[in-house]
Amino acid sequence: MGTKRQFRIWRGDADGGDLQDYTVEVNEGEVVLDVIHRLQATEAPDLACRWNCKAGKCGSCSMEINGMPKLGCMARMSTFEENETITVTPLRTFPVIRDLVTDVSFNYEKARETPAFAPPADLAPGDYRMQQVDVERSQEFRKCIECFLCQTVCHVIRDHDENKPAFSGPRYFIRAAELDMHPLDAKSDRKEYAQSEQGLGFCNITKCCTEVCPEHIKITDNGIIPMKERVVDRRYDPLVWLGSKIFRRGQVPQTFVTSEHSPGAVRSHAPSGGTHSHAGGSHDVKSETQAQQGVNWHREVPKPTAPAVDASGRLPLTELTFDRAAAPSPFGDDVTFPLPPEHLNFAHPEQDEKH
Amino acid sequence: MTTTTTRIERHHYDVVVIGAGGAGLRAAIEARLAGKKTAIISKSLFGKAHTVMAEGGAAAAMGNVNSRDNWQVHFRDTMRGGKFLNNFRMAELHAKEAPQRIWELETYGALFDRTKDGKISQRNFGGHEYPRLAHVGDRTGLELIRTLQQKIVSMQQEDKRTHGSYDARIRVFDETTITELLLDGDRVAGAFGYYRESGEFILFEAPAVVLATGGVGRSYKVTSNSWEYTGDGHALALRAGATLINMEFLQFHPTGMVWPPSVKGILVTESVRGDGGILKNSEGKRFMFDYVPDVFRKQYAETEEEADRWYTDPDNNRRPPELLPRDEVARAINSEVKAGRGTPAGGVFLDIASRLPAEEIRRRLPSMHHQFKGLADVDITKEPMEVGPTCHYVMGGIEVDPDSSAAYGSVRGLFAAGEVSGGMHGSNRLGGNSLSDLLVFGKRAGGHASTYVDQLAARPRVAVSTVETAVETALAPLQRDTGENPYTLQQDLQAVMGDLVGIIRRENELEDALGRLAELRERVAKVSAAGGRRYNPGWHLALDLRNMLVVSECTAKAALERRESRGGHTREDFPTMDPQWRRINLVCSLEGDTVRLDRKPLPKIRTELLNLFDRAELAKYLTDEELAEFDALAAADAAATEAAAAAATAAATAAGADTGAGAAEKENR
Repeated sequence: MGTKRQFRIWRGDADGGDLQDYTVEVNEGEVVLDVIHRLQATEAPDLACRWNCKAGKCGSCSMEINGMPKLGCMARMSTFEENETITVTPLRTFPVIRDLVTDVSFNYEKARETPAFAPPADLAPGDYRMQQVDVERSQEFRKCIECFLCQTVCHVIRDHDENKPAFSGPRYFIRAAELDMHPLDAKSDRKEYAQSEQGLGFCNITKCCTEVCPEHIKITDNGIIPMKERVVDRRYDPLVWLGSKIFRRGQVPQTFVTSEHSPGAVRSHAPSGGTHSHAGGSHDVKSETQAQQGVNWHREVPKPTAPAVDASGRLPLTELTFDRAAAPSPFGDDVTFPLPPEHLNFAHPEQDEKH
Repeated sequence: MTTTTTRIERHHYDVVVIGAGGAGLRAAIEARLAGKKTAIISKSLFGKAHTVMAEGGAAAAMGNVNSRDNWQVHFRDTMRGGKFLNNFRMAELHAKEAPQRIWELETYGALFDRTKDGKISQRNFGGHEYPRLAHVGDRTGLELIRTLQQKIVSMQQEDKRTHGSYDARIRVFDETTITELLLDGDRVAGAFGYYRESGEFILFEAPAVVLATGGVGRSYKVTSNSWEYTGDGHALALRAGATLINMEFLQFHPTGMVWPPSVKGILVTESVRGDGGILKNSEGKRFMFDYVPDVFRKQYAETEEEADRWYTDPDNNRRPPELLPRDEVARAINSEVKAGRGTPAGGVFLDIASRLPAEEIRRRLPSMHHQFKGLADVDITKEPMEVGPTCHYVMGGIEVDPDSSAAYGSVRGLFAAGEVSGGMHGSNRLGGNSLSDLLVFGKRAGGHASTYVDQLAARPRVAVSTVETAVETALAPLQRDTGENPYTLQQDLQAVMGDLVGIIRRENELEDALGRLAELRERVAKVSAAGGRRYNPGWHLALDLRNMLVVSECTAKAALERRESRGGHTREDFPTMDPQWRRINLVCSLEGDTVRLDRKPLPKIRTELLNLFDRAELAKYLTDEELAEFDALAAADAAATEAAAAAATAAATAAGADTGAGAAEKENR
């Protein structure tokens, strides 16, 4: 038979609201969504809550239960203490519409901005041939049920609305990763796109997204990190760094590693000679100004320069001429800490008030 | 009075697609490809449609795994599964076009599981003679909906490049419900509804509407269907003057979870059985061998040993009886439970744990494993599941022209595809045929709706008075405060349908049900919803109830009328199939407020399609006179061939050449 359990549920709308207490009957084997439904059928018929399949397959009933983003249909009551008060609130990252329903249109906008699958031009329907091992990597990401729990938990946007324009979030990083790993996708600049347009660089791999994923997709390990690594391979190539040590800036022919490798790189060259989201060493007046104003993740800082090579196409370098015994700094040896504040991509929460 | 102060947002479109599941999205893609300005209306968020629940796969005779498969075999399986009540033309189109529709999905970015040579892998499923279901683990429906969703996004990106706006030519209205179709004479002129989020009204003016709203399962207590499945499309079509057929045929999926109670009804995919899972009663007996009906005896194994060999050597062994069509398995489980050999929760055991290594189970059925672990803390690699029949699918639906998907009845400009349309599956749907149905007829509906728009001389106009009526009807539950709580009414309706119009039906119970539905009709007419218009689930349900009720009435009336048992309709008082009833479709229409039921003869199946079957098999379904006709045709055919052969021989003899006989023989072959 059922027991009485204590619930606190956020009720309200865009204008505000608060937690309301409910005492509800709970039966063995029930989940939080069952309790919400019981409330709707009894004392709160207008309690707003999204749900569809009630089987963990559609990703509609996302909510925050005791502060943890979860699917209501998969939060078993047996996982809570009998005398525990269970607090249910709407997803914090998105604007509230009413009660537990939030406006998740942010996600759909980001989905529309992410370039779609590009079918290979020379293959007719029915002629696609792929090996199981090759499709499995993308299939993991296609398990995504779009519950947006990874989006709501991501600290880059959770309390920072101002980052939303420049940041697509984990859901769309794995979308990019999925297409990048698709054996037949005809577009080849998914990684560069993720870095330059989706804000992949903001992610500092706290793995919160992986932790909340109800489909157990290894968002960070299998999606974000491989994307970052490959972007880094190109952007932070030690040879690039060495080149810049040997030749002073400006002497090296203006070849850019990123654009060299992928002619289709998304961002156009800035007049100052390309862009680079690295925090250090900006010499561009425009981006300096932007940095002063606080957050602009698109501000332009110089790209690393390509290494200079000799006639044989190799670097004119041997171990003997190397001036240090240790590995170079991953941040670049010309960067010293602390960085000057105007070079930091950081916004103080109250800076708007100051302006 | 209310209308003068009510704000209504107006939109103009060429084609409005109601429903954003597989069929709706495929129809919208087609309409947009035909250059039509298209709106998609979704009751939920974009991409959350019930299609995601489909696990097993999409049936298409691509022949990737067994090259002997082709459209004729698929057609035969479909007709057999539907007990010959299918609209033969729909079954034919479906079998022929399904492979093309699946391949097309790959060009939209779908990633199906692969065979060793890199083609789309296909799996076995109940009722399909060869491995036929294209699949992605056990989340094929999700793959399908995501692929179509992403295709629409890619078209929107094209439009953004060429027209400057994502929404220029195809727009998704999510969390929007349509409450009424608006007509100009007998032509569709538009659709009226509300945004769930704000409660604001919205009016679409459009000459063509495609209904793709799915099924009616929410009228049942135990169902695998989500809240969206309230029969909206069925009811909208009825009120617009269209007709419904086969409404007595509901599919109860044999294996829904019965424990824990919170997830009662949720499906356990048939692939569990296709991959080796077996059904056992509380005595531990593998009982399905006792329930193989005569019609199927030839194709199914008689011993456990033979059945077990089939999984690895399907060419030389017959299939295990666990893979009988769904209706048979559901009835078998029902009988076992009734005989007292069920589990404590009222189901039977489905055991895969003792049949496959844990690792293999996790690989083949990942989402099943995850679902049971997450929802019920049951590990399917260690213990058996408790399963029982759950209301899953309605075979019946809007009566449509098989080629164009245009609704019959008095209305023009109305099209239907997917579960909301009827005829394709006859009295019982084969697993895997619904995903391919969505694609085949979604495309057809979208295409033909576009053609219809092109052929119109003038656009139908929406009359102000009809909009005013629609507004009043929609607001009524909010303005009453004396009526009943919509949730109570829904529970009562579910109880009536579940208890009296459920899996096994009896005449007196059906009569009782009709009486109760009439009482409920009065109560639903007076329902009141507390709260305001902003995202108010009570109000939404109050409006949906009207649809659920009228569709339930159709089901109950048709179930009372059909005095036989066939597929998804089982009458305890008429337990056998009657060939005379096979020739009859029951057609529901609306006369004023009441449901009217008519009998209508089934279209006559073309001879070359009939010839795909053995005479012995046809004898199980056809009436004596139909068989006589078949024999006469066959005799005439044989006579014609013989005559031709004789003529050839005569000619050859006349020519006096030995080679002539050889030629005649060749012709005979």
